[in-house]
Amino acid sequence: MHPSTSSTVTLNINGEKHQLSLDHRTTLLDALRERLDLTGTKKGCDQGQCGACTVLVDGRRTLACLQLAVAAEDQEITTIEGMARGGELHPVQQAFLELDGLQCGYCTPGQICSAVAVLEEHAAGWPSAATEDVRPEHGPPELTDEEIRERMSGNLCRCGAYVSIVRAVARAAAQQDESAKEEAA
Amino acid sequence: MREFGYRRADDVTGAVALLDADPGARYLGGGTNLVDLMKTGVERPARLVDIRRLPLDGIELTDDGGLRIGATVTNSDLAAHPEVRRRCPALSQAVLAGASGQLRNMATVGGNLLQRTRCGYFADVTKPCNKREPGSGCPAIEGEHRNHAILGASEHCVAVHPSDMAVALSAFDAVVSYQTADGPGELPLADLYLPVSDTPHRETALPRGALITAVTLPAAPVAARSRYRKVRERASYAFAIGSVAAALEVHDGVVRDVRLAFGAVASRPWRAHAAERALVGSPADAEHFAAAADAELAAARPLPDNAYKVTLMRNLVVAVLTDLAQEAAR
Repeated sequence: MHPSTSSTVTLNINGEKHQLSLDHRTTLLDALRERLDLTGTKKGCDQGQCGACTVLVDGRRTLACLQLAVAAEDQEITTIEGMARGGELHPVQQAFLELDGLQCGYCTPGQICSAVAVLEEHAAGWPSAATEDVRPEHGPPELTDEEIRERMSGNLCRCGAYVSIVRAVARAAAQQDESAKEEAA
Repeated sequence: MREFGYRRADDVTGAVALLDADPGARYLGGGTNLVDLMKTGVERPARLVDIRRLPLDGIELTDDGGLRIGATVTNSDLAAHPEVRRRCPALSQAVLAGASGQLRNMATVGGNLLQRTRCGYFADVTKPCNKREPGSGCPAIEGEHRNHAILGASEHCVAVHPSDMAVALSAFDAVVSYQTADGPGELPLADLYLPVSDTPHRETALPRGALITAVTLPAAPVAARSRYRKVRERASYAFAIGSVAAALEVHDGVVRDVRLAFGAVASRPWRAHAAERALVGSPADAEHFAAAADAELAAARPLPDNAYKVTLMRNLVVAVLTDLAQEAAR
């Protein structure tokens, strides 16, 4: 018996549900770009090596080029188009703009989605390969430039805008700390 | 990519039954390796059974103080787990040294163990490869083999296993639990990967259709002082050219317990038993660390372009054990 090679799939993207009939081979990246006209998510290498296609799936940064769309059914997908809130850019977007965290801009949506997740991962206390001692009693690592570079290493920028990207992520992190303090006060 | 059927498994029994009924079916975890290989035609499953949402995503302490890690735990969750970082920092470090944040969010523990080699000839369907197409030959031996095996390889295949996580698991005697249509089973990680021999296409001792359900790390106090150190050609987001998972317990300057496993040197994570035997009871100093590395690496059979790995591994062993000995002395 030959299994069916397509399915009707409901994708939940930026808070909106889309029902699509999809060939199982369709990646989330191709579903976003070719079927839903959400072309903010970029196709770079299409083999999981460049990070240009980074989106958030249930809040976790994910490579849309290696994610089969059918397997992402009913999960909350956030793309660069869903980052701004009520006409206000996300603080990470604002920092990239103000500090020139880009040149050609092709990798930028992936960089921003990735950076948004980096801030959340750091806030949750996750260590990285740059963390001197991962044992929990050493506490969460400070988000130094070295930590940012390591955590963002899955996003390549062929223009080499890395210096400004690191600055932008650091500024967004500092702002997040500030607003956390304000909320606490 | 070949067309394929897709089913999301509701439970372990159902997943195993689907695989049992269809020889062309494969399990889909995070898909970071499988989907990539399907795009290039290296993998051509007729059906995918999606196991990522099965309730195998927990990390629990076992009664004896070990860790039982569910097969669908993501690499990210494994590396961030406080008990993993406390009881076996080398495991957390090994996972964090692999791939990128995005890939670690997707990749699962079971899939990490079963990922395929990154040998360029294996990945290129226009080239011969004994692992992909038995009997077609191994162009790496005469060709590009800078990052290939120096230990345990054969004239039929010199590919290395790419996992960092598996190296740390191997140092601490992990046991793999699985389920088949005939019931559950267990394999020590040491027996999971088959010798290369003349059958490099047969990679694991898992029965056909087996679904890895968990990996258990037995309690090992020595693991609390452990490290993973990885050498690669760029600072981040690259596969190892050599790596070491190590743990050391020193008493009065003498090695009381030691664990050593090597990565990127063989078709499997390489537990360095000869080096461990040489070290127990020896003074914990650089001279004896080097001698222990030499004892292990005496079996190395490098190719013309990867002989550097013998020196690299020797230096890595000395560096990591020296760090651990200094930490123990503090």
